[in-house]
Amino acid sequence: MSAVDQQKQPFNPLLALLAALAALFFVFPLIGLITGAPWGHVGEVITSKSSLDALGLSIIASLSSTAIALMFGFPLAWLLARGRFRGKGLLRGLTTLPMVLPPVVGGIALLLAYGRRGIIGEPLDKATGFSLPFTLAGVIVAESFVAMPFFVLTVESGLRSINQRLEDAARSLGAGRAMVFRRVTLPLLWPSLIAGTVLTWARALGEFGATITFAGNLPGRTQTMPLAVYISQSSGKMDEAIALSLVLVVVSLVVMIVRRQSPGTG
Amino acid sequence: MRGDAAASGSGCDSPVSFGLGRYRPRRRVRTLTGVCVAVGALVLVGCSSSSTTAPSAGSSAAAGNLSGTLVVFAATSLTEAFDKIGAQFHQAHPGVTVKFNYNGSSSLATSITQGAPADVFASASPKNMATVTDAGDATGTPQTFTSNTGEIMVESGNPMHIKTVKDLANPKVKVVVCAPTVPCGAVATAIFKNAGVTVKPVSEEQNVGGVVTKVTLGEADAGIVYVTDVKANETKATGVPIPADQNDVTEYPIVQVKGAPNSSAAKAFISYVLGPAGQQVLASFGFMPPG
Repeated sequence: MSAVDQQKQPFNPLLALLAALAALFFVFPLIGLITGAPWGHVGEVITSKSSLDALGLSIIASLSSTAIALMFGFPLAWLLARGRFRGKGLLRGLTTLPMVLPPVVGGIALLLAYGRRGIIGEPLDKATGFSLPFTLAGVIVAESFVAMPFFVLTVESGLRSINQRLEDAARSLGAGRAMVFRRVTLPLLWPSLIAGTVLTWARALGEFGATITFAGNLPGRTQTMPLAVYISQSSGKMDEAIALSLVLVVVSLVVMIVRRQSPGTG
Repeated sequence: MRGDAAASGSGCDSPVSFGLGRYRPRRRVRTLTGVCVAVGALVLVGCSSSSTTAPSAGSSAAAGNLSGTLVVFAATSLTEAFDKIGAQFHQAHPGVTVKFNYNGSSSLATSITQGAPADVFASASPKNMATVTDAGDATGTPQTFTSNTGEIMVESGNPMHIKTVKDLANPKVKVVVCAPTVPCGAVATAIFKNAGVTVKPVSEEQNVGGVVTKVTLGEADAGIVYVTDVKANETKATGVPIPADQNDVTEYPIVQVKGAPNSSAAKAFISYVLGPAGQQVLASFGFMPPG
């Protein structure tokens, strides 16, 4: 939307009121976290070994699953945007199902597929003796399952919005496929790629249900930040839960703000 | 999964509704003749229906004027037994619809101290009950109504040939326990200590249902659960008894929650659990009389 369009909008008090209410709806929980925080020993909680373990695991797992989303999600998005084949709608539905599925359901489905007695997991376990549940790899699988669809959908719609005539023109001017991709498609797709990556990473960082169901909960091994927060609060350690939540809030906020200010994401 | 056992244990004709704990993904939503009610912000979706004993003014008057909804927060290990007790209680007091929220005792205690609208709290250990009583969220003194003890649960047929607690220390054996703050986790910790072994679990679950699921699905080789869990899942898992000198006993206290929305039904339910009918059901599921 251009600046000219925005200036033409007359001030609408009802719109402003509803928008303000919407904003407050999101602001109050944040204020609640900040005012409810045990400021006296936040530092102590955050720097404890178990918190640092959880934060480290969260960062490693969320970055890994984002990398997986880039590697496998991009070709899938390409296929969905540009491919011509029967059953494309079905394929899109299947691959984006985890976005609407309750994550716990996703976790159970993952167990039945990639668990030690799962349809893929059992042969894997028999052949290699390795099984995903209760491992960091299991955490990454759970996060990828839930988060990758955000990347696929964002990039697919980005690809669709590119005017393919620009690519055709470049081709007709003698550019090879690789050059067209690098010099035309990629720059046009950049905002979608960034948005998709950040969304995917944020979703992976916050993943809880599929992770605890599929990878279990073991401090220092599969206990990511959201699991640590949940375990703390359900054990009555509310102070600890709030302090850990604040870390997640800060990390997420920083990334969202950086994303908005990075060039090309307008 | 655990839900299967609960379904077969309580029967589909049960007039009782079921809460939905975090690890119990199978919702049972029944809308035959009853109404669905969502209680509070908790994941507590319950429904009630009754084909033969529809609530009526006459019958509730005959049963001492008890009516309304009774919300019971109970430890996950009580699921099968309390489903049955709830069904019987409803038969005795047709005006009362009993809704259960099963979860790890520590989660339930936290919810109650944060103002969850519960009438009754049944904990799997005095420690988690103390969270509620210390916060001044209980009415009266908790009463111990039953006790339970630990057992090793392994896959059906015991493919790993686990015979003793010491076998769980083998790093090749994937062991799942409850988190230390949950009663079943405290029991597991005590058992390992009594047996003098160091066990490195692959996961610490937030309630005993999580342990049962992981073992019955074959993800873990063994888990420390209660004897009652082994009994409730005997078709899907095998138990390895723990000798008394290594085992640990946990006592289950029950109390009326302060500010209970349905205090008269809460009192009646607690008496029912402590009375012969309730005790008989608990015994039939393998629970031991209160220490």
